[in-house]
Amino acid sequence: MAAAEDALGDALVAALESWPRAGVPDNPDAWLLAAARRQLIDAARHAKVETSAAPGLELIVAQARGNAAIDTTFPDERLKLLFVCAHPAIDEAARTALMLQTVLGLDAARIASAFLVSPTTMSQRLVRVKARIREAGIRFEVPEPPELPSRVETVLEAIYAAFGSGWEDVAAGADPRRRGLAEEAIWLGRLVAQLLPDEPEALGLLALMLHCEARRPARRGPGGGYVPLSLQDVALWARPMVEEAEEVLATASLAGRPGRFQLEAAIQSAHARRIVTGRTDWDAIALLYEGLLLCAATIGARVGHAAALAEVRGADAGLAAIEAIPRESIATYQPYWALRAHLLKRLGRDAEATRAFERAIGLSEDRAVREFLVTAAQAPSS
Amino acid sequence: MKYTILIYENEADFATRTDEKRKEAYWGAYRAYTQALTQAGVMIGGAGLQLPGRATTIRLRAGKRQVQDGPFAEAKEQLGGYYVIDVPDLDRALDWAARCPAASTGTIEVRPNLPN
Repeated sequence: MAAAEDALGDALVAALESWPRAGVPDNPDAWLLAAARRQLIDAARHAKVETSAAPGLELIVAQARGNAAIDTTFPDERLKLLFVCAHPAIDEAARTALMLQTVLGLDAARIASAFLVSPTTMSQRLVRVKARIREAGIRFEVPEPPELPSRVETVLEAIYAAFGSGWEDVAAGADPRRRGLAEEAIWLGRLVAQLLPDEPEALGLLALMLHCEARRPARRGPGGGYVPLSLQDVALWARPMVEEAEEVLATASLAGRPGRFQLEAAIQSAHARRIVTGRTDWDAIALLYEGLLLCAATIGARVGHAAALAEVRGADAGLAAIEAIPRESIATYQPYWALRAHLLKRLGRDAEATRAFERAIGLSEDRAVREFLVTAAQAPSS
Repeated sequence: MKYTILIYENEADFATRTDEKRKEAYWGAYRAYTQALTQAGVMIGGAGLQLPGRATTIRLRAGKRQVQDGPFAEAKEQLGGYYVIDVPDLDRALDWAARCPAASTGTIEVRPNLPN
């Protein structure tokens, strides 16, 4: 099993390398599986020499990170600033906020709204963090190569957190202050990608954010109702942004060092293929999620993987996958309950579905999402 | 730490409660919200309140009772109900307050309770 996963991981690497150059094959899933099988054979040959398990995507990524020694000096002071903001010695909850304040000059009240904390708490947090930077003597510099990759990761995560916070609020009626945060995160993403040209994950994050942002106009219907990704009108997606995302991801993949953000972007890229093919290739998406789980098994990734599995292998496979997620981590995680409800409904387990829908509705912040779930809960089971 | 989530609703929200077409969505959203609070293990208590017009206020001034019909203050948004929750900190309380159905139309006030 582990060997099979590794082979899939290798196939993904190959896919990320060759798709942008050769174009996505007509049926990427078959291609990926074929490539995986081929690499499994290769790996088996290697295994005779090397008794330890074949390197998985995780290891490839780790090695890639080790090789990421970049001997360049970055003249831009903003980059140093970003690294200071995302220093491991700084409280994780404050990194993104600090970045928004120092690099983009946003005020504490606005940052507080975006992250749903009180303005007083946010101001105190920022003041404490700055004191900590002084006391701990965190240096204003770009970290040295052995440290660089992990430090880049914290910078990227902080930018992604800002984007995620802006992403929650969509279109009509939503707080425009939070909407703006997505744009600002993209701006930061561009900056980092430009300042760290040899870091494919920075490009991966930029591609991911662009793909998601491109769909903003399609996420609400004419009446303001929530439209799930699978029902979105692709004609409403911002094409230039999709194209830019594809180019950026292609550039990232040239480095041959896949990682979490590149894989997430690749998943969105697979969804974006619907513009051309008119259908969603769930096999490819499920496969990419498997790769993602090897890099970063977040709850979000696990729920996404389960959703893809449900499309590929049926609702019960999807349900089995989400049921494997530890209970304590999903108590307040809305997407888990929404997916669970939909899957139970598809399986005709109406009473359980109703309970899960209720839970998802109760955990939704967005009124449009709540209404969508109410309608879905009442629909006759298929 | 215990916090009280005070729900301030506007006229239109109150009207929704009895609107034939929309009341199911209104009550359903609160039922779901209450259920989510309960299942997350943070719910201490709370109550939904009848319409502000049903309120009566009373003051004692110089030993004299002053009784009036209607709520304490004439404002666009009136208290419609409250929840008491037990969560580790204010950030968590705000997370829950944001999910309250009235957050998208009215205003939610989050106040820490005094220690008992």
